[in-house]
Amino acid sequence: MTNFLTKRILMLPIVAIGVTFLLFSLTNILPSEMRASLYVQSQKELTPDTLKEIIKTHKLDAPILSQYLIWLKKVLKGELGYSQSANMPVKDAIKTCLPATLELTIFAIIPIFFIGLWAGVISAVNRDKFTDHFTRFAAITGYSLPTFVFGLIMLMIFYGWLGIFPPGRYSLNSDIIINAGEFTRWTGILTVDSILNLEFGVFFDALKHLVLPASVLCFGSIALLIRITRTSMLEELNKDYIRTAKSKGLKESYIINTHAKRNALIPVITLISLQFIRLLSGVVITETVFDFPGIGRWGIKAAQQLDLAGVMGFSLMTAALFVIGNTISDILYAVVDPRIRYGKK
Amino acid sequence: MKFENLKKSRTFKRFRKNKTSVIGAALLLSFVFLAVFAPIVSPPASSDSYLIPQAGYSQEPAPPSKEHIFGTTEQQYDLFYAIVWGTRTAFKIGVMVVFVSLLLGITIGGLAGFYGGWIDEITMRFTDIILSFPGIVLAVVIVAMLGPGIEKVIIAIAAVSWPGYARLLRGDVLTVKNFDFVAASRTMGAGDFWIFIKHILPNSIYPVIIVASLDIGSIVLTAAALSFLGLGSPAGYADWGQIIAMSRNWILGTSSNPFAYWHTLLIPGTAIFLFVLSWNLIGDAFRDILDPRQQ
Repeated sequence: MTNFLTKRILMLPIVAIGVTFLLFSLTNILPSEMRASLYVQSQKELTPDTLKEIIKTHKLDAPILSQYLIWLKKVLKGELGYSQSANMPVKDAIKTCLPATLELTIFAIIPIFFIGLWAGVISAVNRDKFTDHFTRFAAITGYSLPTFVFGLIMLMIFYGWLGIFPPGRYSLNSDIIINAGEFTRWTGILTVDSILNLEFGVFFDALKHLVLPASVLCFGSIALLIRITRTSMLEELNKDYIRTAKSKGLKESYIINTHAKRNALIPVITLISLQFIRLLSGVVITETVFDFPGIGRWGIKAAQQLDLAGVMGFSLMTAALFVIGNTISDILYAVVDPRIRYGKK
Repeated sequence: MKFENLKKSRTFKRFRKNKTSVIGAALLLSFVFLAVFAPIVSPPASSDSYLIPQAGYSQEPAPPSKEHIFGTTEQQYDLFYAIVWGTRTAFKIGVMVVFVSLLLGITIGGLAGFYGGWIDEITMRFTDIILSFPGIVLAVVIVAMLGPGIEKVIIAIAAVSWPGYARLLRGDVLTVKNFDFVAASRTMGAGDFWIFIKHILPNSIYPVIIVASLDIGSIVLTAAALSFLGLGSPAGYADWGQIIAMSRNWILGTSSNPFAYWHTLLIPGTAIFLFVLSWNLIGDAFRDILDPRQQ
């Protein structure tokens, strides 16, 4: 297992350099004046005079490779430039937006896993019966209905009509409490912070704002998991050892839970990274629809306003999140599958 | 394959027996019909037929009426016209993206598989990098650099979708190039280009073409999302994603009727849902039919 993991971890810097270089070369489509915002830390520095200086000192007219190295050095120092769409340095924008995105993702991931695995197994066990057709229908609806359409419909019903689940991250009342000075932001994750600060009003307010975006995100990403679990489970149920177990007279529920499910989940776990891609794409759109102040909404705003530093910061952040998610799924895979743990030759 | 053979083939029989796939195919055919006969179903008013006619300049959407059977959306754009011509836009984007990304994927994946060695290593690592990124995020970055517009959206989505096809084709090329007929052709003095075009491609290209064309649904979904985010077509262009973006200001309805403007969201929403659904139904059916593990 250590072998497998070291190999995986050694790959990380290569992927990181590849991704950053690819993104950086994309920015070179733009004129050097526009790229200058990548190298400054405040709005004041973006005057015509300083622009020329920035272009000169950072060799923005030089070949792409030498430009990249200069930029990479700055990024490694944590200097990511100034985001005009967020009105603050990219570093601060990430610091304020990331916890919101994490919170939303966590609230979506938990139901995705429990419901997704459960529905997939149920669907496979009841193959071609009503439950199976119903789950498959729900799943195919989930990945055919655009996230933004579903999100807007939900807002129409639960905000416009019933008035219970508003968009945004918290209401005006909570805003006053949070910014009054007595509220400490331990984690930036509002539901956790509000409990730590014993502000239960804020906690319920935050939950109220999370219900809709989390369920929309969940509905859009769960279909893939259901489908993979179902296929994998069906394949497992067709195998000989299941027949043996049945012929021994074991109970159906025992066979499903202790024999089939355990083996069926291995391929499912390898595909968690795919799930993660879907989730991250969903986050971008969901946050925009629900006006949820996370990484995705900031990134889209930056893209609309041609705020290059913001776009780069956003994509670096997504890439980082993705790499972390992928590594976690690799580790899980190794933990679950003994063939990898002991090194497959 | 001749049509007679196709009718008798096992795949075709299974496809017909699968009810959902027939529904998918019927839905898709009606969209094709709508796209082809768009000028008859909804005759264009101006010279640029993709521009949606406006029935006035008031902001407030009007409900469905006799003149506008689907009603109008913000700034009085006619919804029926937008849906009909939006179908054309959807096919245009889908087919163009598939064409461009297949061209790239086949060339790059084919070369990588055929020559192997460092060419293979470099291209595969490159595809790894692109695939390690959520497609829509990379597409957003690309469109942000190129500026908004339908063509830019097509370029961006093609740029993020070709790696999947390249890898698929590469795998098949790796198998085919070891077959005896390739060696036979080489001993007869055939060159690389001839062998690749004449022997390897015809024996490896079909899976990737099928996979790519079934992707049209999700491609259109991504394009609509980009349009919705304000990175796609210009205002007034017949494009589903953009029409839905326009409905955003009206989802709250009026104080007496919360669903006063339902049509601005639900009508284009249904159009795009059914379009993507039709592709997914067909794709799912193919997956079940062709998967030997599920027989």
